[in-house]
This record gives sequence, structure tokens and C-alpha cells, in this order.
Amino acid sequence: MALPGYVGNAPTSFFVTGDPMIYASDVLIVLTVIGIVFVLTYYKKWGWLWREWLTTVDHKKIGIMYLIAALLMLFRGGTDAVLMRTQLALPNMHFLEAEHYDQIFTTHGTIMILFMAMPLVFAMMNIAVPLQIGARDVAFPYLNAISFWLFFFGALLLNLSFVIGGSPDGGWTSYPPLVENPTDPGPGENFYLLALQISGIGSMATGINFLVTILKMRAPGMTLMRMPLFCWSILATSILIIFSFPALTIALALVLIDRLFDAHFFTMLQGGNPMMYINLFWVWGHPEVYIVVLPAFGIFSEVIATFSRKRTFGYSSMVASMLAIAVISYLVWLHHFFTMGAGPGVNTFFAISTMCVGIPTGVKVFNWLFTMYQGRIRMTVPMLWSIGFIPTFAIGGATGVMLAVAPADYQYHNSYFLIAHFHQTLIGGVVYGMFAGLYYWWPKMFGFILNERIGRWAFWFFNIGFYVCFLPQYQLGFMGMTRRIYVYPAGMGWTALNLISTIGAYLMAVGFVLIVVDILYSIRYGERDVTGDPWDGRTLEWSLPSPAPHYNFARIPTVTARDAWWVMKGERKRGEVKRELEPLEPIHMPNNSGRPFILSVLFFLGGFGLVFEWYWLAIPSGIGVMVCLLLRSLEYNMDHYIPVSEIKRTEAALGRS
Amino acid sequence: MSLAHEEVLSHPDHDIPLEYSTEDGVLKIFGFWIFLATDLILFACLFSMYQILHLNTAGGPTEQDLYNVPEFMAETLILLVSSFTCGLATLEMRKGHRGALMAWLIVTVLLGLSFIFLEVREFVDYVGRGATMQRSAFLSSFFTLVGTHGCHVSLGILWMLSILYQLGRRGIQAITARKVFIVGLYWHFLDVVWVFIFTVVYLQGVMH
Repeated sequence: MALPGYVGNAPTSFFVTGDPMIYASDVLIVLTVIGIVFVLTYYKKWGWLWREWLTTVDHKKIGIMYLIAALLMLFRGGTDAVLMRTQLALPNMHFLEAEHYDQIFTTHGTIMILFMAMPLVFAMMNIAVPLQIGARDVAFPYLNAISFWLFFFGALLLNLSFVIGGSPDGGWTSYPPLVENPTDPGPGENFYLLALQISGIGSMATGINFLVTILKMRAPGMTLMRMPLFCWSILATSILIIFSFPALTIALALVLIDRLFDAHFFTMLQGGNPMMYINLFWVWGHPEVYIVVLPAFGIFSEVIATFSRKRTFGYSSMVASMLAIAVISYLVWLHHFFTMGAGPGVNTFFAISTMCVGIPTGVKVFNWLFTMYQGRIRMTVPMLWSIGFIPTFAIGGATGVMLAVAPADYQYHNSYFLIAHFHQTLIGGVVYGMFAGLYYWWPKMFGFILNERIGRWAFWFFNIGFYVCFLPQYQLGFMGMTRRIYVYPAGMGWTALNLISTIGAYLMAVGFVLIVVDILYSIRYGERDVTGDPWDGRTLEWSLPSPAPHYNFARIPTVTARDAWWVMKGERKRGEVKRELEPLEPIHMPNNSGRPFILSVLFFLGGFGLVFEWYWLAIPSGIGVMVCLLLRSLEYNMDHYIPVSEIKRTEAALGRS
Repeated sequence: MSLAHEEVLSHPDHDIPLEYSTEDGVLKIFGFWIFLATDLILFACLFSMYQILHLNTAGGPTEQDLYNVPEFMAETLILLVSSFTCGLATLEMRKGHRGALMAWLIVTVLLGLSFIFLEVREFVDYVGRGATMQRSAFLSSFFTLVGTHGCHVSLGILWMLSILYQLGRRGIQAITARKVFIVGLYWHFLDVVWVFIFTVVYLQGVMH
């Protein structure tokens, strides 16, 4: 039942036209592509790119690719944020057109959650988890490569919408019935649905992969309760991914069926029920914020213990609180829409369960503080980000409890108070955590340390900018400024606070640029890490050279206690030298494969075809995907052994015996 | 892929079935169980949609107008029997009888095909009577829930054909045994989902 005036999903023009900023982006994209092609051709690097990166199944390289992609997406999402804050800096601004503003807040949210926070978390877990548990790779390395490439092409699909077909503009939550055909024609929303669907398959596979890796591939002696806390956080996150992502898959698929085949799941006509989308979306959406914040908690635990030179205080209670957070996070989704009017009984349940999340989180904060208490603290950059996190998260948590009070939420709902709250927790939790992890594990990834001085400047710009940007927004929320507002008149009393907030956003942007500067500077001038243990670390990844050889461990270590590497170092210092080294044995490794890349290209083409309802493209691509799966099933030579002589040579070159 | 430990456990215990005899097999079977958990949640979401929407017929065909007891009973019996024959296939694999294993898998595939045939006929029949998925929210959720199960079964049939081909070429060994075992898990899982479709969709629909 199409409404009058509905023109279907056909775009008015294939390339987006009309906005000078988009023309500028077109030119930049073309120039960048030409530049990349030129450099790769000139330096004859195409073969290197294919052999070393596009076909790799090595978790360390996949982690690095996740990291690069996530930082690019942080740049894109951050640019969106700066554009929005510029538009809102003063009353009656027309820096952006209204339509363009809608698209930008949509892509900002989508990119920051799904294409920045998620891959940044995946980067950290790929880089650190196998090394921390003493494994040579993840359980399913080939699947791991598929996960990365699906994420990559999902992100590409969403970003392409900017110049081809038009960006989605229904908000990052994409609520129907607004995003149904009659009110949102054109391909923009389809880009959102398919990009998230494709990268979501990859995320689900990552969850399965890391759960199996952690449960089944730990080094001998590493019992669950001897695992580093970061691994525990990834275990909890993987469980959350496994049990929440299917709900997103269904929510997106049903909207897509509504749009492509005129079904009636969430329409206002023919018996559809839009509230069901909102339920399904948040059944995924709430666990999702814990999916990204728990790994950050894990990183803080590692960093704070290392730089306080102390065991983590209350290890068991840390584990228990993470698992408690994971369980409770399934029981709170309705707090995103108290105003639906489900009645006092339902709202009370979800209000109380939401407040309960504060208890285990509080336990963790006190444990971090007690870990630092009487420790020998070194104020390195990872430690700065970790300490900076505690007050931001305390404020974000307190405002979260305020929002959890259902009757009061009717006042805060969709106001800038909410915006300030979730940025405070997501940036203060996830981004601070990932930056701490970035600086902490950088030497392990690349073999050199990032410059501390520039890193400190970056931290202070970002941290001060963060408070300047978001504290005024709490007040703006109380003063009635609502979310997704495009212009506001003068005389509301909002001008000064908005201007301050915009200044804060610019300060954060400077902080981000300084991190990039730090990376570029340190590539050339950074201190090389020759020991493999630059921070005097506690966990097994620091027992390896930096960067680690592709097989990670020449001999799988035997673990006797928590903080395994710290204990081993202690034994060596006291001269309690271990028994004879076992002889080396050939190491079994998976072969590289180009198929994950090709499979994901086919997914991308299929997704692109569906966006424009070009079934001539979508159907052959789908068949191509099936053929890739079949070829994999028929493949029997999937691995090889590294001979002992090669291991000896590699280890000798790294200065190990 | 097994990397942390040796490919074949050093002292094979004769009580360990072939599919569990390698580290690789253990990891993949465990991973597949977890995948099934995700698929279960996926179906749970579709069931919740159906349960919310099944009375929203918007003046169009209702459950009682459409569901036909002998038809869905036949589908159910065929799928339940195919699960049994799939179990027999695994049993023959444990005994090392390749011929019987392949024969039972072929029977399973044939039963699966007849199930799909009946389901497609049912869908075509409904559409012919004006009950399309565009007609009402009830029909959107019906076709999506039952159709998603049907797609799973169709994929399972293609998967079994590929495994039959591999069994023919390579016989029963650690890798093919693992594949037979995993496709068996998948097939039984689909059977369990069908039991819920039988109850929630068809029985509930004709009981009013």
C-alpha cells in the first residue's frame, strides 16, 4: 500500500549532487584513490599488499588492519561531529542544509558505534588475546579474516552513500515508521541496513571465534582464574555479541523486507507494529554498549596494574562484576524508551535493573583505585588515559542513574542531557580505553614506542575539550534543547553554552590530530623497543619480542600463576632457573587465503545491488558467495608446518634462543 | 584450525569418536554449537515477531483460513523422520560403514527435498488465494518465519550434497567425519525449530 507521492527506492540521480562540500569530497576521493594506486604501482607494492595483508590470516596483522580502519572511521565520524557542532555554534546558522544535517547526525552515530568503536575493540582483542593466553592464533584464523573483510566492506558501503545515492538520514537508531518507504524513499536507508547487516555477520563470527579461542586454546596451566583481566573482558564481550547481534540482524532484515518487498512488519498500515523494531533494536543496542565498554574495562585493568607495579586489587570481584554486567545488560533495554508507555510495572522493573548495573561498575572503579593505592605509579600516556577515565565515567554513570529514574526520564528523554550522558560514557569509557590500549600495545604491534610528550599534549587537549564540550550539554538539556535539533532561535538562552560546547569539540579534534601527529612522528623518531617488554609488563605478550614473530610462541609457555610473565621474571631474578628448554618442534600454521577478501567483495557487490534494487547484480553476487563457501568446503590443504630450522633462524634474528 | 597443540592428540583414545580425534575437530564442533546458539536467538526474535503480529490480519486471510491440518502434519512427519535418518547416518559413520552412511544421508536429502516441495506448494497455494506477504502484518511474519526455516533447510540440503561428494572421494576420515557430525547438528537443530513452528504457528493457528 504505497502512499500517494511515493516514488520507490530509485534515486533521483546516481551521484549525489548540489552541495559544494560533496563535490569537494568527490574530488578528494578521486585524488586519494589515484594517489594510492600511483604509490602502489610506482613502488611495485601490489604483490606485497596482496601477499602480506589482503590474504593474511595472522591475528596480529588483522588487528593492525582493524586499527587503521577504525582510526580512519574515527576521523570520518569526528569530522561529522565537528560539522554538527559548527552548525550549532550560534543561533540561526545555515552552515549546513537541513537535509545534510540529518544525514550527518545519522552517519556520525552509525560510524562511531559500529565502524569505529567495534573495530577498535576488535583491533585490541586480535592483537592481545592470543598473545596473552599463550596461543599461536585464534581458533578460526580464516573466519577471522572473513570477519575483518566483512567489516571493511560494510564500512565502505556505508561511506559510499555519501557520494553515491545519498546518505541515510533516519538517525543511527533508524526507527520505523519514519524509515519506511513512504516517508524515506531513496537508497540512503538501504545503505544503512545493508552495511550494518554485512559487518554484523563479521561481528557475530568474531564473537564466536574469540569465545572458542579463550575457552579452548589457553596455554597449559592457564586456568580461567589465571587469565589476564583483558581476556576475561573479551570473554564477557564475546558472550554478549553472540546473544545480542542476532536481534540486530532480525531488526535490520525486517526493515529491509518492508522496504524492498512492501511487507508490513513496522508500517502503520495493515497491522504493522513499529514498537517491535524499537524493542529488537535495543535488545541488541543495550548489550552493544557493554560490548564496547567491557574491553575498555579490561584494558584499564591491565594498564593500571602494570603502571602501579601491583597485582590487580580484587581480581575475583573484577571477574564477577564483568560477568554480572554482562547478564544485567540484557535486562535493561527498555530504559531507552520509557516514554513508550508500557506502564508503571514494566518501567519500574527496567528502572531498577538499570540502576543495578551501577553496583558492579562501582566495584570495578574502587578496585582500580585500590590497585593504584600504595602502588609505584608511573604516569605514562596509557596511565593518563586510564586515570582520566575514572572521573568521566563517574559523572557519566551518575547521570545514567538519573536517566534510569523512569518518571524523571520523561523530562530528560531525547534531550541534550541524554546526549551528554552517553557521550560521557562512550567516549570517557570506550575511547579513553582504546587510546590507553593503543599506546600500551603499540610497541608490541610495531616495535617502537609512541612519543610520550606529544601523547601527553594529545591527552590534555582531548580531556579538557571533552569536559568543555559535554558539560554544557547537560545544562542545555535541562533548558529544553532537544536531540537532533538543526537550528535554534536567538533568545532561548542557549547561545553561550552551545558556543562553549563547540569550542570543546574543536579542542577534542586538536587532541585527535595530535595523536595522528604522534604516530607519524614516532614512526620516524620513536624509541625502538628492543627488549619486547618496554613497560615492565605482567602478562605473556611482553615475554615475546616486539613485534612478535608470526607464530607468536616458539615454545608454548607453561603458566603457574596469575600475571604469568611477572612471575617468570621474578623466578629468573632470584636465579630459580627453570628446567632444560624443551626442543623446538615444527609449528603448525594456517595458509594465507585470498578467499575471505573475494567473499567480502561479493558481499559488498550484493549489498550494493540490493541498495539500488539491482537484482541483476545482487543475485549473481549471492551465488558467488555460495560458490566461495563451497570451494572452502572442498579445500583440504589449508595449513603448513614451519620447520625447526626456520624457527631457529627467526628466533636468532630476534635475539632469542 | 589447531595451532596451540598438535594436530592429532598424541595418545588417541579409542573411545574418542573420529570427529573429536583432532584438535581442529574439537574446536570446530564447539564453535558450531555456539553458532547454533546465535541461530536460536535469531529464530527466537522471529517467533516473538510472529507472536505479536499473528492476529493483525488487517481484514485479510486469517490463520484458520489458511492452515491445513493434513498438509502441515505431512511436513512435520517428513522432517522428523529425516532427523531420525540423519541420526542413523551418524551412527553408521561411528561404525565406519561408508556405504550405509551415504545411503542414510541420501535418504535424509530426499526427505528434505520433499519437505521443501510441500512447503513451496503451500506458499504458492496461499499466494494464489491472495495471501501474500504484502497483504498484512500477520502474513509478513508468517512467510518470514517459516521461509527463514525453509531457507535453512535448503542450505542444509546443498551442504549435505557437498559432504556426500566429499565422502565419495575421501571416505570416512577425521575431516569428513567432523563435517558429517556438524551437518547433523545443524539438521537436528532445524528439526527442533520446526517443532516450535508446528506448535506456535500451526497448532496455535488452528486451535481457535
